[in-house]
Amino acid sequence: MAKKRVVSTKINGRPVEFLCEPRQTLLEVLRESLDLIGTKEGCSNGNCGACTVLIEGQPVDSCLVLAVEAEGASIETIEGVAKGSELHPLQKAFLEEAALQCGICTPGLIMSAKALLAKNPDPTEEEIRFALAGNLCRCTGYDKIVRAVQSAAKCCADTTAN
Amino acid sequence: MRDFEYEAPSTLASAIEQIVQGNGSVKALAGGTDLIDHIRTGRLRPNLVVDVKKIPELNVLEVGSEGLRLGAAVSCTRIYENAEICEKYSALTDACHIIGGIQVQNRASVGGNLCNSGPAADSIPALIALDATCVIAGPQGSREIAVEDFCTAPGRNVLESGEILVELNMPARPAHSGSHYLRFIPRNEMDIAVVGVGASVTLDDSGQNFVSARIGIGAVAPTPLFAKEASEVLFGLPVNEESINKAVEAARAIATPITDMRGTIEFRKHITGVLTKRALEKAIERARQ
Ligand SMILES: Cc1cc2nc3c(=O)[nH]c(=O)nc-3n(C[C@H](O)[C@H](O)[C@H](O)COP(=O)(O)OP(=O)(O)OC[C@H]3O[C@@H](n4cnc5c(N)ncnc54)[C@H](O)[C@@H]3O)c2cc1C
Ligand code: FES
Ligand code: FES
Repeated sequence: MAKKRVVSTKINGRPVEFLCEPRQTLLEVLRESLDLIGTKEGCSNGNCGACTVLIEGQPVDSCLVLAVEAEGASIETIEGVAKGSELHPLQKAFLEEAALQCGICTPGLIMSAKALLAKNPDPTEEEIRFALAGNLCRCTGYDKIVRAVQSAAKCCADTTAN
Repeated sequence: MRDFEYEAPSTLASAIEQIVQGNGSVKALAGGTDLIDHIRTGRLRPNLVVDVKKIPELNVLEVGSEGLRLGAAVSCTRIYENAEICEKYSALTDACHIIGGIQVQNRASVGGNLCNSGPAADSIPALIALDATCVIAGPQGSREIAVEDFCTAPGRNVLESGEILVELNMPARPAHSGSHYLRFIPRNEMDIAVVGVGASVTLDDSGQNFVSARIGIGAVAPTPLFAKEASEVLFGLPVNEESINKAVEAARAIATPITDMRGTIEFRKHITGVLTKRALEKAIERARQ
């Protein structure tokens, strides 16, 4: 068997070292070794986006990243989004707009939406739908998700304005 | 997933050495958006995976008077975030914008799209339209090949054991040039092309006549095709519907699609014509801007 590697990363702002086999995906290591189970596994082949995390601020499917590739990388998962007990505006908006039912797609959607708003604080509906096209939801029909992202964008803009 | 070793060399020479030593059971890893799933499902069974993303030559992205140098491991996102590339090599950035969703685009490379050599790969007709040359390195040194000669069958290409794709070079764009890639899919995004067409045109100073054109077609044959006759028939003709229809007929004539869940032979042939027309029209519009 291939020998295990030590990988040094930063996860949610904190330095994290882990041991993994080359064949393990980042998703596996997050969930199984680091107990960060907020990141979900849907399809394991890059289609559903449930496993979305940010690497250097960019959304990627963690099921399509080898954990060894994360050496030196800065990773953000859903666990790093709330500040203590204070939910992120996107998390609040998802609750207020009822943008989730079973919830398995939600962590991935929040990560994708967070990256979108960081790049484009005032996206159009079409821009939101394209940015979230790599995140599938079998429950909501997407409208409420789009509305939640719009409302979070508005709320962030209002707080910056104040 | 099956067990394998992993290396991430920082020079081209060490990458080639590792690939040669791996003796056939090696796969290069760029964005992993094809490879990781292929290993998981057992379609590929490498004993060694060589991550090529740390090799400087594969990360080159330069646009200048010589043309465009595109390192094989550069992600789609990096390509389309470059405004000059979007303007001059629009067919390429059109393709990069529709390969998967954002998560895939942040990892997937055009080099990987080409080396995976799928008949419906979106970047390849665009690369054909933009007259790309592949720079390949291996234990015997390096060689170059036109992109339309790179794929040999579904999932197969000219790379010999020990060789890797280093970069893609596209010539500088003459004045009054424009290009476009588009595909037909049943959804709005995140799907595999039923047909894909890339077109590039260069017009004369008046913008009324074709100087030259190149058309690439995907998903209608075992490999993406350079539609040579459809391209050359346009040389010197006035820009009008009659001329475009000549190219459309020639493009349809070389399409030898199959019937599958995404479309029948007749449908694909028809769509090849429709998309050739639309790709040319958009390329012309861009050439006139
Ligand atoms: C959800 C999803 C949606 C997708 N949608 C599309 C789509 O719409 N259109 C489309 O065309 N594709 C699509 N793809 C396929 C895939 O994203 C592309 O083919 C991608 O461009 C491959 O690039 P990569 O860098 O990820 O390659 P990898 O997966 O790293 O490599 C692909 C293959 O090429 C080989 N390889 C890579 N680089 C080199 C090199 N430099 N030299 C030699 N061999 C090399 C690898 O060994 C492997 O066999 C999709 C994939 C997913 C998961
Ligand atoms: S689990 Fe990664 S995309 Fe579905
Ligand atoms: S809420 Fe169930 S998949 Fe989105």
